[in-house]
Amino acid sequence: MNQAIPLESDTETEVDFMELDTIIEDEFGNNKENLIMILQAIQRKYNYVPQPALTYLSAKIGIPYSKIYGVATFYSTFSLEPRGRNIVSICLGTACHVRGGERVRERIQESLEISDGQTTEDQRFTLESVRCIGCCSLGPVVKINEDMHGRISSDQIDRILDQYE
Amino acid sequence: MKIQSVKDLEKISREYSTSLYHPEYVKVNIGMASCGIAAGAEAAFNTATEAFADDKAVHIGQTGCIGYCEMEPLVEIFSGGTPRVIYKSITPDKVLDAISDYQNGIDQKKWVLGQMRDPRSLLEDEIDNPLAKVAPFEAIPFLEDIPFYKNQVKIALRNCGYIDPDCIEEYIAKKGYFALLQVLTHSEPGKVLETVKSSGLRGRGGGGFPTGIKWATCAKHDGDRYIICNADEGDPGAYMDRSILEGDPHSVLEGMLLAGYAIGSSQGYIYVRNEYPLAVKRLVTAIKQAEAYGLLGNNIAGTDFRFNIRISTGAGAFVCGESTALMASLEGNVGRPRAKYVHTVEKGFRDSPTNLNNVETYANVPAIVLKGAEWFAGMGTDHSKGTKVFSLVGKIKNTGLVEVPMGISLREIAFNIGGGVPKKKVFKAIQTGGPSGGCIPERFLDLPVDYQKLAEVGSIMGSGGMIAMDQDTCMVDVARYFMDFLKEESCGQCNPCREGIKQVLDILTSICAGKGKEGDIELLEELGSMIQKFSLCGLGTSAPNPVLTTILYFRDEYEAHIRDKKCPSGVCKALFHYEIDADACTGCRVCARKCPQDAITGEKKKAHELNQDLCIKCGICYDACKFNAIAIR
Ligand SMILES: Cc1cc2nc3c(=O)[nH]c(=O)nc-3n(C[C@H](O)[C@H](O)[C@H](O)COP(=O)(O)O)c2cc1C
Ligand code: SF4
Ligand code: FES
Repeated sequence: MNQAIPLESDTETEVDFMELDTIIEDEFGNNKENLIMILQAIQRKYNYVPQPALTYLSAKIGIPYSKIYGVATFYSTFSLEPRGRNIVSICLGTACHVRGGERVRERIQESLEISDGQTTEDQRFTLESVRCIGCCSLGPVVKINEDMHGRISSDQIDRILDQYE
Repeated sequence: MKIQSVKDLEKISREYSTSLYHPEYVKVNIGMASCGIAAGAEAAFNTATEAFADDKAVHIGQTGCIGYCEMEPLVEIFSGGTPRVIYKSITPDKVLDAISDYQNGIDQKKWVLGQMRDPRSLLEDEIDNPLAKVAPFEAIPFLEDIPFYKNQVKIALRNCGYIDPDCIEEYIAKKGYFALLQVLTHSEPGKVLETVKSSGLRGRGGGGFPTGIKWATCAKHDGDRYIICNADEGDPGAYMDRSILEGDPHSVLEGMLLAGYAIGSSQGYIYVRNEYPLAVKRLVTAIKQAEAYGLLGNNIAGTDFRFNIRISTGAGAFVCGESTALMASLEGNVGRPRAKYVHTVEKGFRDSPTNLNNVETYANVPAIVLKGAEWFAGMGTDHSKGTKVFSLVGKIKNTGLVEVPMGISLREIAFNIGGGVPKKKVFKAIQTGGPSGGCIPERFLDLPVDYQKLAEVGSIMGSGGMIAMDQDTCMVDVARYFMDFLKEESCGQCNPCREGIKQVLDILTSICAGKGKEGDIELLEELGSMIQKFSLCGLGTSAPNPVLTTILYFRDEYEAHIRDKKCPSGVCKALFHYEIDADACTGCRVCARKCPQDAITGEKKKAHELNQDLCIKCGICYDACKFNAIAIR
């Protein structure tokens, strides 16, 4: 749950505040209780949670920035840094672990030359680990974007990764 | 149409039992839960739907998962008057062939898992078996006779794989919402509480608290009471809740409605983990359909009872499965547990009386109400009634979801139903209860599945994850794995948990790296008992279980790591190397071709050699060798 957080506001992503406002207001009724789901909607839109969106959200629904920041860093789904075009989620649940999930992860890390939570320089892949996707019968499992790859062995990794641009 | 009475349900039921049991066309049901889809079911569904788009004689439909995940994608084919046959491993390229094979009277016996003897659920005993007059296919086994299904009794999973989860009418045709209507028109809330209490139902989410007592206590406290369903399913390796939500969402809604009526609540929430988007989608559809029929909302079935259900999603925090953390998270806060001097049944969500139950717990309730407390209490052991769903995964032949009566032995589940360990490997242990549970060795396999009995050997029933481990699983590594998981997931507010788990993990990591010292085992035990005693919530108090049980039952493995600097299972890389057993090697070259480092050389049909300097111990050769010629040293 500890992530490196860029504290200075990043200038890369343009946040459309009008659109953000629609999400907060229309979809979630400006309701503080919906904070987590609002953050999820923001992440779906931008592929991560841009810092300006957090600042705006704080002012808009009246939750101190420190608390929003606390929530965004407590829950492991949220990424406060831009992520790559393809999200590679390797399952490290128990069922996948005993079937060699760790070795699959090592191969992916070697192949992409990044470690867990990082993004390749060309922004092609972000590697994330998850603890069980609920498809344990197919372990070890790797999910790339929405595609599930089950029963994979480490020698298939490169062929699978090649399918994603 | 708004449903007002049991008669209305019966009308829908009659109409849809035709398409469910006696269709005039060939019906092809493709198992489309996440597990099936991952194995290729959706592509198979699309291929078949396209191929038969203009053919009224064949209808392609979807169902949830029937449990035998090892054989997915599973496709059931039947028509009114012909047997119901289930084909296994029907990938998109095989689906059209399977359909024509059925129409031709089945030539591909290899593709067939079995045929059904009786498609009714436990709740439908007053209708006749729709297959009673259908002549079965010869030389095809009955599903109910094959070892995987033989000893299963399906209550919570009664409809999974049998109905289209997106079709409320099919749920109704399987006696769905009859319990609700019966109770609304004939029973006082107190009577429902009494039924649930005397059924002996205990929570299926891990703690095993008696459900009826929880409901009755919540009902006693005044305020805006809330009903919450815990669908956070955090145990990595357990997926029964996902399967129920994806395969039979209405059973959970009906269970929550019954809880709402019994406890006197008008608002329900389902907290679903973020990793289950399909479950959320099916729940949304189910809630809309129930609302349209007047089974959710105001004046349900024309009575004063009002109940709404909202869905909220988690965001990837295991600790949010804990009741107080879950409620904090629902309120939009950081999910940190609080001390439970005041129980959540008194002050929970929004400081109001709140009843929280697990998905499987709710799914059991409609069946209990319809069939009676005595029926339910008639199954199981003294302390554990009814059935329990387990996800049988890991090193096991028949992976999948199984629902068995309480009291059945672990051996029965692992070996008869699960088929034992694949590839002729040696069974080592079964892990139950996830990160809060323990590893149970072979010698305790005759233990009956029961809350007390599992606790006696240091594990817990948990939510139902059952992970089989074999000779290639290192128990020290498993302990390290769970501590690594819990270190990440500890909310961090109390010292014993946050710092204690980290210390335990550091020690285990150094043991796995070959730097273990004499005294480490004792230190682990001491730390473990400290964490158990002084942590605030269940995450901390149960965290040492995986370490303490592996020390208790597999101390020799710890000692091998620490004293001999060996990992006998070949997992901890610093503590073993691979060698080629020249006597066993046939020189087939498979390993040499697969090795990513080109570390294996040798001529065809002659024993090969492995260059230790190049080897990265990735294990590809070990997995690939059919002759057990790669040895762990
Ligand atoms: C760390 C932790 C994680 C938990 N995770 C879950 C979970 O994922 N699903 C669940 O139903 N219960 C979970 N529980 C148990 C819940 O706190 C609670 O006891 C349960 O949901 C109550 O429902 P039941 O009585 O129907 O089992 C967890 C408990 C702890 C301490
Ligand atoms: S025991 Fe651990 S998870 Fe539970 S409250 Fe304390 S720090 Fe948080
Ligand atoms: S453990 Fe990997 S999908 Fe469940």
